[in-house]
Amino acid sequence: MNGWAELDRFLRTDPRDVGCAQAMELLHVYVELVAQDTGAERRHPGIAAHLRACGPCSDDFEGLLAAVTGQDD
Amino acid sequence: MATAHDRTGESTTGPVSLDPESAGWLRALRGSEPDRRAAVERLHALLLRIGRSEVRRRSARFGVTGPELDDLAHQAAADALLAIIDKVGDFRGESRFTTWAYKFVILEVSAKVSRHFWRNPRVPLEIDDWERLPDRFGLDPAAESEWRDLVAALRRAVEEKLTERQRRIFVALVLTGVPPDALAAELGTNRNAIYKTMFDARRKLRAALAAAGLMDDGMVRRS
Ligand SMILES: [Zn+2]
Repeated sequence: MNGWAELDRFLRTDPRDVGCAQAMELLHVYVELVAQDTGAERRHPGIAAHLRACGPCSDDFEGLLAAVTGQDD
Repeated sequence: MATAHDRTGESTTGPVSLDPESAGWLRALRGSEPDRRAAVERLHALLLRIGRSEVRRRSARFGVTGPELDDLAHQAAADALLAIIDKVGDFRGESRFTTWAYKFVILEVSAKVSRHFWRNPRVPLEIDDWERLPDRFGLDPAAESEWRDLVAALRRAVEEKLTERQRRIFVALVLTGVPPDALAAELGTNRNAIYKTMFDARRKLRAALAAAGLMDDGMVRRS
């Protein structure tokens, strides 16, 4: 057991992380790449890094992904 | 199939050709008054459906039920519709029109839900409660001897290494548990600025813990 895993993850920063503004700016593009499984993370590593670390942006991403994949009901 | 919404814009030159459905939306929204009105109505119905699902998806976490949820979905759909009509000229065809439009209603729901946080019994921003930290990070109380030094060092780093603003935001987000968007609204700033402040704070704290030999730059070192 590693009781520090969560704290470790929290304090880990990814230099590729683009921040909320850029991630939100391209969220509609990124979501479609994810929905179509066409290399979203490879094409936009900075957005992928951001969504791993930012709760609110990843929540918005989940909501938009559910909307476009029709899992919204 | 290479349609417009497959493109990310990195190597495309010239105008992006829209998929027929997106082109249809744009034509109708810029068309004659009856067409436009019909399209706006259809778009509103879509936004309301997405808004309702999104409100429902988030409802468990923000503790609102019943008619208030539906009010929130209606407000989000109405605000999203106005923003979309206002910004339709910005749509570049990088995704389907509906995906671009849904983003507006998702972000409206997100913003409205975060404002809702402050309607709960008022949470003071500055409760500096380090007792909550182990629970927040799932540290086992039975194994306190293993993480006591780490938490003490983290606390020292927060007090000594962070700027006043970084410390304030760390305390609110991590120790008090204020959601980032709610904190941004309270401080009159935005999510991005809060995130950047915390990003720098996280980097400083990790460096301090690494300097103390408690954590390295990669994985955590077990004591
Ligand atoms: Zn973010």
